[in-house]
Amino acid sequence: MTRMDFEVVVLAGGASSNLSPLVSQELPKALLPVANRPVLSYVLELLEGSNLKDLIVVVEGEDAAQLVGGWISGAYADRLHVEVAAVPEGVGTAGALRSISSYLTANDVLIVSGDLVTDVPPGAIAATHRRHGAVVTTLLCSSPVSGPSDSGTSGGKEKAKKPVRHNIIGLDPTRQYLLHMATGAEVEKDIRLQKRILQAVGQMEIRADLMDAHLYAFKRTVLQDILDQKDKFQSIRQDILPYLIRTQLSSEVSGNGLVSSESGSNKSAVQDELRWLSQHREIAPSTFQDSQPLSLKSQRDDQRSHKCCVYIANESKYCARLNSIQAFSDINRDVIGEASHLSGYSFSAQNNIIHPSAELGSKTTVGPQCMLAEGSKLGDKCSVKRSVIGRHCRIGSNVKIVNSVVMNHVTIDDGCSIQGSVICSNVQLQERVVLKDCQVICHFFSVLYNLPTSWYGRKKCL
Amino acid sequence: MAQKKGQRGATSVAADDSEVVARIPLQAVLLADSFNLKFRPITLERPKVLLPLVNVPMIEYTLAWLDSVGVEEVFVFCCSHSQQVKDYLKESEWMKPSSRFSITTVESHDAISAGDALRVIYEKSVIRGDFVLISGDTISNMNLTQALQEHKERRKKDPLAVMTMIIKHSKPSNLTHQTRLGTDELLMAIDPQTKELMFYEDKVNPSIISIDKELLANNTWVYLHNNKQDCYIDICSPEVLSLFMDNFDYQHLRRHFVKGLLVDDMKDHLIDSLTSSDVRYKLHKICAFYIELGLLAVLIQSHLALPVFMYMIMGYKIFTHEIHSSYAARIDNFRSYGTISKDILQRWAYPLVPNFQYFGISSKVKLDRQGVYSAPDVVQSRSARIGATTLIGSGTTIGNHTGISNSVVGRGCTIGNNVCIDGCYIWDNVIIEDGCRLNHAIVCDGVHLSAGVVLESGVILSFKVEVGRLITIPAYSKVSLRPQPSVQDSDEELEYADASSAVIESPSITSMVSNRNAESSPDYSAHEVGISGVGYIWSTNEGEHEEEWRHSIAPIPEAKLTELSHAYLEEPDVPYLDVNDFLVSGEMKPDSESISFDDGDGGDYGDSADFDKEVEATFHRALTGVNQETVILEINSLRLSCNKSHADCAGALFFSMMELGLEAPRSSNNWLLVIKLDMYGMTMTTMGLTVIGELYQNIAKEINKWKDLLKHYLKSVDEEASIYVVSFRFYEPYIYQLEMCICYIQFAIEVILKFEEICLETATELAPLFSIILSYLYEKDILSEDAILSWASEKEGADESDKIFVKQSESFITILHMKLIGPQNWLKEASEEEDEDNGDEASMMRGSFCAGHTHVGCTFLSRFAAGSSSPDMDATFAVDYGLDGRGGLGLCSGDDGLAARFVP
Repeated sequence: MTRMDFEVVVLAGGASSNLSPLVSQELPKALLPVANRPVLSYVLELLEGSNLKDLIVVVEGEDAAQLVGGWISGAYADRLHVEVAAVPEGVGTAGALRSISSYLTANDVLIVSGDLVTDVPPGAIAATHRRHGAVVTTLLCSSPVSGPSDSGTSGGKEKAKKPVRHNIIGLDPTRQYLLHMATGAEVEKDIRLQKRILQAVGQMEIRADLMDAHLYAFKRTVLQDILDQKDKFQSIRQDILPYLIRTQLSSEVSGNGLVSSESGSNKSAVQDELRWLSQHREIAPSTFQDSQPLSLKSQRDDQRSHKCCVYIANESKYCARLNSIQAFSDINRDVIGEASHLSGYSFSAQNNIIHPSAELGSKTTVGPQCMLAEGSKLGDKCSVKRSVIGRHCRIGSNVKIVNSVVMNHVTIDDGCSIQGSVICSNVQLQERVVLKDCQVICHFFSVLYNLPTSWYGRKKCL
Repeated sequence: MAQKKGQRGATSVAADDSEVVARIPLQAVLLADSFNLKFRPITLERPKVLLPLVNVPMIEYTLAWLDSVGVEEVFVFCCSHSQQVKDYLKESEWMKPSSRFSITTVESHDAISAGDALRVIYEKSVIRGDFVLISGDTISNMNLTQALQEHKERRKKDPLAVMTMIIKHSKPSNLTHQTRLGTDELLMAIDPQTKELMFYEDKVNPSIISIDKELLANNTWVYLHNNKQDCYIDICSPEVLSLFMDNFDYQHLRRHFVKGLLVDDMKDHLIDSLTSSDVRYKLHKICAFYIELGLLAVLIQSHLALPVFMYMIMGYKIFTHEIHSSYAARIDNFRSYGTISKDILQRWAYPLVPNFQYFGISSKVKLDRQGVYSAPDVVQSRSARIGATTLIGSGTTIGNHTGISNSVVGRGCTIGNNVCIDGCYIWDNVIIEDGCRLNHAIVCDGVHLSAGVVLESGVILSFKVEVGRLITIPAYSKVSLRPQPSVQDSDEELEYADASSAVIESPSITSMVSNRNAESSPDYSAHEVGISGVGYIWSTNEGEHEEEWRHSIAPIPEAKLTELSHAYLEEPDVPYLDVNDFLVSGEMKPDSESISFDDGDGGDYGDSADFDKEVEATFHRALTGVNQETVILEINSLRLSCNKSHADCAGALFFSMMELGLEAPRSSNNWLLVIKLDMYGMTMTTMGLTVIGELYQNIAKEINKWKDLLKHYLKSVDEEASIYVVSFRFYEPYIYQLEMCICYIQFAIEVILKFEEICLETATELAPLFSIILSYLYEKDILSEDAILSWASEKEGADESDKIFVKQSESFITILHMKLIGPQNWLKEASEEEDEDNGDEASMMRGSFCAGHTHVGCTFLSRFAAGSSSPDMDATFAVDYGLDGRGGLGLCSGDDGLAARFVP
């Protein structure tokens, strides 16, 4: 398998609306800092680690594309071969793919969401995809359980905290095939399954604790066919993937000559492999193998079926998507906390990262799972717990920062208390500001933020 | 072998253990009746459990298995042909003193379903602990120890785990949607960790499976099985029997009982998720309230206050136990008969195999190569060929050049020359003359096939049928000496009932082209069964014929399979993601009984008069001594058939009771009815107590108190009043139901209006009592003050003649009005006005009720007294009445009082 067998498309998004106060024209989603590195860098480094170095990064919006392109060429000039493509805003993931699909040439395409922070090797997904000859292989990981975490304001009276349900996923007993997936609003509805698919496997595992991580491997021809034929498809997750899943026993996609001849050999190999697998299992249901004596039927069935496979990440792996403000805080916390190997920094004995150029005043404590980037200064008697503080911040005395993210060039005056908040670059907080569960951003330099009172749970945009 | 010994050891240890703890012998209920018609016409003459399976009656296999798993007491329930079953058991080894367990037969002739059977068993009260529920046509060699152990452990942790079902892997065919046993495919959802059964559906929608989202409400992980087979072996707790008792409409074990419990369970989750804990608490309290009033009987029987009632019975859980290597299967139809016969011959059910001395009937057959079993005294021509997996019973003779394969031949059969038998089940003493060809047929005892007969595949020849020379019996025919019963009711279970007692003379016999045979008296069709033939060919229904191949003993014909596979491939792609479809599935789904309630708008009055009459008639029948339960049942069925709401039902009943009270004062019958009702209430209360448990232990005291009061007032009260009490009691559940549905006020007004109407038109004697009864209704929290006040305001603009009742109850209304103004204002005003008003009311009350209705009067008085003396009036109300009158679920002020009362 040469490297060119897989092409990688990174969908870096643009100014995502559900991250609205944090991202902006100046700061597209891909460049949001997670432990002081743009979130996109996690994906890029992950791909680099799997030796996937030819990438297409698709960014929504020209300006954002320029920003992202500029950053990538600066940071990865000698390491990766990246092409940045700009697509109009609001075309959806399928639309973004459609606009670049003509450039794709390799057999398979790996599509990664740019907001993914994970340590699951993409090579594993690619290998699974190849092994099964699947039309699509998707990465599933356990749903993050954190939810509203320690800030825990809501839900006190509600019944025991339920983890957020992202997907309802149906798997075959070997957990190799994806048989059902409900996303979005469907998750709250009754489960509707196609009986034929259940019959084909006999037993379906329905999981509500797995999440689609938005890392897919597609067969390129199939993907292109779908993008061409179904021009109403907007999103991979909501249109293309469900379409492929529900038609897997009555496939229309691999119908054209080229694909079938190409995949023919592939298929038979897979068939053998499946047969082998099923012989070695106690229960031997294989989606695509029929115990029916009618050979004619099973042949036809073969031709008319395709496979949707899954790769389920080990529970010990970290996998999260930065698609909400909550997720932003969570990921920041995790990357310097439990998933610290992702950050790429080396931790001190106190389990935190303090850049040598950072200055700490007397009696200032920086707890474990904290990060202090270069050039930041802390005054006296400050206390920092489980927070990330960006570059060149100036923080006065008696400041408490807990569970928060402070980006670059932020000035915080004496006596401030910041809890569970996000403070974007260039913000200045004056004396004794108390923030709890806020996002504070500013677009211009030197805007003063002078609030002696407490602000709870507001998004403040100046 | 060593492993087996180990298991045995473990078994005995475990058994000792459980004996020490429980000392209850393992019991089993064996249903010697399958309650369906699938084995007709054979079962017209012999019960299914006595039909030979590989030359041994089916029940022997079941009993042998029960014996092997250590069951000590077996209750055999016989229904149809019960005498035959009893006679058989009497003769069998199992009844002899050497047998390791005791068999008791339980007989009932009017049982038409497994549910009825279990109710009969319950009434015998012989089941003391966990028992195995099995039907007499089940073949198994599984070891029950583990399943039993699991069941007991679960029971210890969770007393709601009432049943463990045994399941087995079996993948249904994609094309025919049935398993190799010929049973329909089954969809089950099982929690992989606890093995709890979450969902059970045997009638699966053809293309899309829709599963309630509640399934995943409390778990994140569920297995959906399409590849499992229900073995129909259940380990049940005694509660199962009482559940059948409570739910008198449960008939089928799976269709009603299992699904019923699962649906209730689902609603449990629903309640869990939809309502907050305090609503649940209120439900609890409503239950308590009903118990206090002795109303549970009405509640349960009327199926009305489902939300309340549900809360009490739901939450039962069913678990599954999957067996992997052992065998368990039930003979459900002819196909499974064939399949299981082959399994036995191929020794899957070892030790239940033909050459093993396991059964009472010792068959000394020998196993030869290729799975050929033959008795030593078989007379076999040298030129006869016996093919693989065949059994030849003793005393059978086989002629020259005869070929037999994949078949079972019984004892004492005579098979001529050049006969070809494949895949057939030939029972005892069958004569097959030369040149016959039999293909996948069942041939019962004493059948005589003349030379050259051809049985096409799937033919069933019942007992003693004779077929004339050179006749071809068409495929899937069923031939019997008995004529076909004419009634082909769709409800098979009901039909079965009368079928077991009498065969209805079929008018369609003539249309079946039955010709006369020279010797035999009835008409037999000559060209069907031949010149010397004896027997009717049963016609099949049009719809049935299509599906005949499914349950037949014959393999599914190739042509059919091809047809199906084409259909399968051409099956259109389902519009799966249709948005509208989703909306429909998600939102349009009726919420069934749990919340829905047609508000009592009465509907069209055209047939409502009929309905009223019917109810009245039913009620009058009750007076002549018909059991109270049956009356309630009848009224319920009337309600369902006339598509009436509960309110209509109550109204009609109320009406007829009122009339009765006026028509026949001082008739002793009324007394009887009242007593019956009350007594019934009492017994159900005690029952309910056990259900609700510890929270209401102190209610026992209440019951005693209540009893005394009841007796007291029954002695002296004027019976009109008592009739009202009864009718109001009927009313209350409906009202509460309504309160939950918030359409309360309109309905309450209607009740008042109806009441008014009654007073005006039918029962003018009642008119003076109007306000008293109204205030009684209020004080019993049947009508809320809102309702009464809105009724009053509605009447404001009416004619003077219409307003007599408003005027009559004016003082009462004023009190209510004042109460509504607010506690403080009310207190102020009350201090000024209470002397006269309260006094008026109180004296009125006293006047009307003191005749013996004292408890009502007293409580009423005490309430007013408490109200005027203490500012904390609501709390006192709550202590007295359990519920504040402002509407069932919305009540709030009474909580504290009630909590104080019921929580020790």
